[in-house]
Amino acid sequence: MKTFSGGVTALGVTAAERAGDPATQTKHLKKGLTDGLPIAIGYMPVAITFGLIAGATGLSVGEAVLMSMLVFAGAAQYMSLSMIAVGAGAVEVVLATFIVNLRHLLMSASIHEKAETGTKAQRAVYAFGMTDEVFAVASTKQAPLRSFYIIGVAAAAYGSWVGFTGAGYYMGAFLPVVVQESMAIALYALFIALLVPSIRKEGRMVVILAGMGGLFHSVLALWMSTGWAIMFATVLAVAGYEVMERLLGFGKGEESELADIDYEEEERKEAESSCR
Amino acid sequence: MSMTMVWMIVAMGLVTYIPRLLPLVMLNTENWPAWARRMLTRVPYAVLGALILPGILTVGDNVWFAVASGGTAAVLAYFGAPLIVVVGAAIGVLGVVQMVF
Repeated sequence: MKTFSGGVTALGVTAAERAGDPATQTKHLKKGLTDGLPIAIGYMPVAITFGLIAGATGLSVGEAVLMSMLVFAGAAQYMSLSMIAVGAGAVEVVLATFIVNLRHLLMSASIHEKAETGTKAQRAVYAFGMTDEVFAVASTKQAPLRSFYIIGVAAAAYGSWVGFTGAGYYMGAFLPVVVQESMAIALYALFIALLVPSIRKEGRMVVILAGMGGLFHSVLALWMSTGWAIMFATVLAVAGYEVMERLLGFGKGEESELADIDYEEEERKEAESSCR
Repeated sequence: MSMTMVWMIVAMGLVTYIPRLLPLVMLNTENWPAWARRMLTRVPYAVLGALILPGILTVGDNVWFAVASGGTAAVLAYFGAPLIVVVGAAIGVLGVVQMVF
């Protein structure tokens, strides 16, 4: 993982690395851009459709692209269009946007647990790109997550989102309907592709957590909007798993204690590697 | 561009960015109990589950189309195919299924 550049000390920490060695950063950035490619593909039809509907709703191309540039949140942007279409006020739209995107609070907090400390500026940059998909790709990677890796993933997603919003505004129907419809599966396929290898690695914990997440979302979606439903489903699943693990011990109390030790061991390693 | 619209978009951007930013610059989990930190590391799996279900079932004209496409993705992912291959194959399968049925 780590490349030793000149003047390595006993601990392997060079001043250059602490400040961010450009060569290593470029490497992580490239890896991030590559891993962000499936998101870029998945965003294509969603962004094109957004551009198309934005035009139909009466936004100018500048407004549509500006929204994709500044907001960078698919569900909220779609919602704002439907609200604008029925003549909702700006305050209502902003409030709804806030509510829908509040779930990212949870995702950023989770990334915070796995990411290298980095500089505040680096965190401020990738926080901007913390969509569901960017979070999903980054969070299923091995810790410690590198700032420039997350920035790379986010940049690939962002480029596609903004670019295809503009393209969609003008050429909306340039993709055949069959292709557009088929591409709607892309983001779900991406989520599956991220989840399944974690099952191999982490076992039934992943299956149970994901199953509860999906189940709770399906049920909660009957009462509340997507943003809240995803957030509550996540909290319920994670808390539910913790409670189940403690109450049932999943069979053996010793095992869960062992898991605790393993976890702390992992923590220690993480801490060490992020110190390097 | 109407100024009202521009300000609305700027405000939308701010209320989106703030929840994404705050935990990363302000949260200090160092002294949190192990269980709380453990729960944070488990968030990704629960989120992935919630993102896949029930949304995937609305893709395509028929629930089974999404199941076929998603199933293909799951099998390929299980055998370690790269992300891009999994995503491409899922799109391909859905396209073919939609055309045939």
